[in-house]
Amino acid sequence: MATDITIHVEDREGNTATLSAPTDMGLSLMEFLKASEYDILATCGGMALCATCCVDIMEGEEKLNEMSDDEYAMLDTLPDVLPNSRLACQIQLSPEYDGLRVRLHAMDN
Amino acid sequence: MISTDIAIIGAGPVGLFAIFEAGLLKMRCHLIDYLPQVGGQLSEIYPKKPIYDIPGFPSVLAQELIDNLMEQAKPFHPGFTLGERIEGLEKRGEADFVLTTNMGTVIEAKVIVIAGGLGCFEPRKPAVAGLEHFENGRGVNYMILDPEKYRGQKMVIAGGGDSALDWTIFLADMVEELTLIHRSESFRGAPDSVNKVMELAASGKINLLLNSNLNAVSGEGKLETVEVIHNKTMETTTIETDHLIPLFGLSPKLGPIENWGLNISKSAIEVNTDDYSTNIPGIYAIGDINTYTNKLKLILCGFHEAALMSHSAYQYMNPGIKYTMKYTTVNGISEF
Repeated sequence: MATDITIHVEDREGNTATLSAPTDMGLSLMEFLKASEYDILATCGGMALCATCCVDIMEGEEKLNEMSDDEYAMLDTLPDVLPNSRLACQIQLSPEYDGLRVRLHAMDN
Repeated sequence: MISTDIAIIGAGPVGLFAIFEAGLLKMRCHLIDYLPQVGGQLSEIYPKKPIYDIPGFPSVLAQELIDNLMEQAKPFHPGFTLGERIEGLEKRGEADFVLTTNMGTVIEAKVIVIAGGLGCFEPRKPAVAGLEHFENGRGVNYMILDPEKYRGQKMVIAGGGDSALDWTIFLADMVEELTLIHRSESFRGAPDSVNKVMELAASGKINLLLNSNLNAVSGEGKLETVEVIHNKTMETTTIETDHLIPLFGLSPKLGPIENWGLNISKSAIEVNTDDYSTNIPGIYAIGDINTYTNKLKLILCGFHEAALMSHSAYQYMNPGIKYTMKYTTVNGISEF
């Protein structure tokens, strides 16, 4: 399908999978990762409140939508985020993100 | 002591609708919520946001929905304990449960319904080995309740959000020594606060360690030193301190409910979809806090769960009595 994009996902054990993600369903990266059965709690359901969907963007960071103030504020409070960490729930999948490479962020608690 | 038929933990939309469904079956409810007002995340987080998937309402503001649910529950005179958190659950005798809150309120109920949504927001703890040994008055706190406690003492604050900045500014003149640790090389908080913290560091009133993470804590019986690692050079520094305050925001947690012996999967309570009962007879879980195959975290699903739970709870409380469901269009609402 023309609207599908390729996303490379590295899980917390270091295994990388290459997945095809639809961009015409209004999915966020968090929702796509959950649907792909990755171990993500996403307790708050996508409101940038819990940070359990945190991912590190390994490739394609510059293409992503800018952070909202809510996402900024949440990432800012976390003890161990990296400069390339984002909340997957705040990233809406879109055709220009083809080739995105992400790693599930290690979760302490 | 408060005595009721059903104690509902959580006063969000689903907990509130459960009052109505239970009321139709002549069961009284008492609700407990850690937030100071009813409505859960709808009132606390997005009161002005429209919701589009409540049946019969093309669009309704979150707070408006809560107000309507309160109105709907009114004929059944629910009780509320707000601003208190459930800590303990005990089974008393054959039938009754006894709940206690952090403020010492005791609630006796025949049935417990957990409608806790996301759970309680608790301080996020950094992954530092042994940190828990210094909690509970031995030097490590995750929030500052009484700043006077720190007057004239040595303290370390870790974190880069607004609360870390604000407390650093507030405490700088009161304490003997203050070190602020932040993992990044800059702050993204309110510019005014960032400037003040930078000035305090420049004038030597505080020690500011950037690009630094907490690495270890140690002490005999109480906290004595904190070890910090520079995340670029990997050099470590040991700081003598009386207090360590990690301020890394809040994250939703199940809290004490986790230790009640309920079957839990990925921070949600497993239920039987026949009636949303848990593995403990007399305890139900409805709304966002439960999980089952094909669970959808939607308010409307929580409403359905509240209805089925109420009928099951009635059977549990009145074994052997046959109850036939009646439509409100036929019988209306009988207030009590």
